[in-house]
Amino acid sequence: MKKLLLLGDEAVAQGALDSGLSGAFGYPGTPSTEIIEYIQRNKAAIERDVCRTWSANEKTAMEEALGMSYAGKRTLVTMKHVGLNVAADAYMNSALTGANGGVIVAVADDPSMHSSQNEQDSRFYAKFALMPALEPSNQQEAYDMPEYAFQLSENFNLPVMLRLTTRLAHSRAGVTRKEVLDENEMHLPENPSQFMLLPAFARKNYQKLLSNQEGLLQESENSPFNQYTEGEDKSLGIIACGLAYNYLMENYVDSVCPYSVLKIGQYPLPRKLVKKITAECDKILVLEEGMPIVEEMLKGFLNGNSVIKGRLDGSLPRAGELNPALVRKALGMEDLVSEKIPEIVAGRPPALCLGCPHADTYKALNEVLEPYGKGHVFSDIGCYTLGFLPPYNAIDTCVCMGASITMAIGAAEAGLFPAIATIGDSTFGHSGITGLLDGVKKQANIVVFILDNDTVAMTGMQDSQVTGRIEDICLGVGVEKEHVRVINPLSRLNDENVKIIKEEIDYNGVSVIIPRRPCIHVYSKRKR
Amino acid sequence: MKKDIILAGVGGQGILSIAAIIGYAAVESGYYLKQAEVHGMSQRGGDVQSHLRISDKEIFSDLIPQGGADLIISVEPMEALRYLPFLSEVGWLITNINTFENIPDYPDKAALLEVIKAFPRNVALDAEQIAKDLGSNRMMNMVVLGAASPFLELNYDELEKGIKFIFGRKGDKVVESNLLAMKAGREISDKR
Repeated sequence: MKKLLLLGDEAVAQGALDSGLSGAFGYPGTPSTEIIEYIQRNKAAIERDVCRTWSANEKTAMEEALGMSYAGKRTLVTMKHVGLNVAADAYMNSALTGANGGVIVAVADDPSMHSSQNEQDSRFYAKFALMPALEPSNQQEAYDMPEYAFQLSENFNLPVMLRLTTRLAHSRAGVTRKEVLDENEMHLPENPSQFMLLPAFARKNYQKLLSNQEGLLQESENSPFNQYTEGEDKSLGIIACGLAYNYLMENYVDSVCPYSVLKIGQYPLPRKLVKKITAECDKILVLEEGMPIVEEMLKGFLNGNSVIKGRLDGSLPRAGELNPALVRKALGMEDLVSEKIPEIVAGRPPALCLGCPHADTYKALNEVLEPYGKGHVFSDIGCYTLGFLPPYNAIDTCVCMGASITMAIGAAEAGLFPAIATIGDSTFGHSGITGLLDGVKKQANIVVFILDNDTVAMTGMQDSQVTGRIEDICLGVGVEKEHVRVINPLSRLNDENVKIIKEEIDYNGVSVIIPRRPCIHVYSKRKR
Repeated sequence: MKKDIILAGVGGQGILSIAAIIGYAAVESGYYLKQAEVHGMSQRGGDVQSHLRISDKEIFSDLIPQGGADLIISVEPMEALRYLPFLSEVGWLITNINTFENIPDYPDKAALLEVIKAFPRNVALDAEQIAKDLGSNRMMNMVVLGAASPFLELNYDELEKGIKFIFGRKGDKVVESNLLAMKAGREISDKR
């Protein structure tokens, strides 16, 4: 069969579709977005009517997936690493309920924070939940792992994490497909209390989870994704996890790696294989994309006599993603000769696009806030976070999805006036509504800007959950009708908009201003 | 055969089309391919790059090692220079000379082009003018691809097929003009 050229994300999607997937749930987030986007435009998925619309946030997605698993079908839930924090309540408990139909929790981490607020490593969450995890090193494994993961999930009645990182998620390579499996028939769990976590039942389920750990370890010891290759030179042994394996092998393209290598693609960490390589080799170098979780496990609390090299002893940088040059240095090889970046080259950070509606909103807001000085605007996650940068310098905070409204409430309660929140339409749907409800109940003196550009712009124009519903939501939550104001953010309407913003700042209570104009990319697409 | 290529530009300038066409030609020629892209925040007017790797042997890393690239293909001159640390000692720099100035401290254009001209192995061309003469400056990226084509060790026919494949949906006229744009770029390099 001809190879398909797929991004790592797309390979996961195709692999899941070919393994009897019945539904994919998720919220867009770089670098995970393309998994569901691929399923949304895949012909077979459309014909089979695989569930594939976006969810309001990662928690609702995880729960929807759990419901589909309860009904016996195979399901995939996707998110970026920080999205797993949002889903964490459902995710952690899903380890106790376990799965009926197979569940894959596909999480894409973003080491080096290309498009994220932190670089947390989701493998900690797998360990935390006592859940098995798979970590592909290339696009073919990203395609092959979903079938394996569904089987593992159904054999152990447990969701399985599939962890990707940015470079694999967004890199394309040829993938060979296998035969397509049928979807599961709907069937309810054999044990009627499997999904019941009243304490007495939860304790039983937890015991089952604990007793499964030995079996999961055995699976890892025998996994096709964990491979031990013996080398002649025993002065060093290398444990390479996921994508890091490629950066290792890149340095031996024209030769053979002289050292023993343990390639890790499945967790829990295979104890016997790790013992074998540590026993055979004088020193161990741990290569892992993300945080030093394996390295810390090896070092242990008292660190025996073995020398463990990695991110903790400075052999590799503590933060940021790996690359072939960093691994080369850790192997003690000389750097390849390379030029420096000429001094004339200036940085080019991302910026709001020319004609972006957020720019006009920020212009009006800045004008109104000038007499109050700096430090009044709590913002959120999306394109509009770029309003922190010059020439706008319009916002002061960005923490996590939804934190704009709630931080404004806290600051207003502390006496800050005015306290302003700016949040995008989709982020409002994701995690802003409950915050607004808090504001109404506390009668907080805040002005909330819901920047409605009709799309999830930053991640590439996905449908927004709240399009056409924002005013109704605000009224439903209890914001007074006369303080829900819609403006058109255009520079020719600036004076009018400034007046409205001033009025709402003067009102003592919760005001919502909705600057509404489509993202220019949506606008130009519609015009075409 | 091994070609490691850094494609450079600013978000929205069309480097992914270049990548897709080279990628198509490489796969049709039976080579292994890996292509790392930048998605997300940087696409909003920030610097973007794609690591494109072609080989007749299995490729491991999705990223090109520093000092390992055979080519930098850039649609913007300052972005061309940003990736010099990736270029090998014998690597070539192919770049459009039209600046994309969306930052307040953009360097002096003449000084920038001096640095490029001083680089021993370069092809610097006014791809925007050439594309404009052919009907639309949007085809600038295809002119740059044409200028890079002699360095790719891929059959020119396969690149043409790539253009037909990628732009086919947009109609024959678009395909035709993009083919002409690539050819015009090719001629610049051939004349060199």
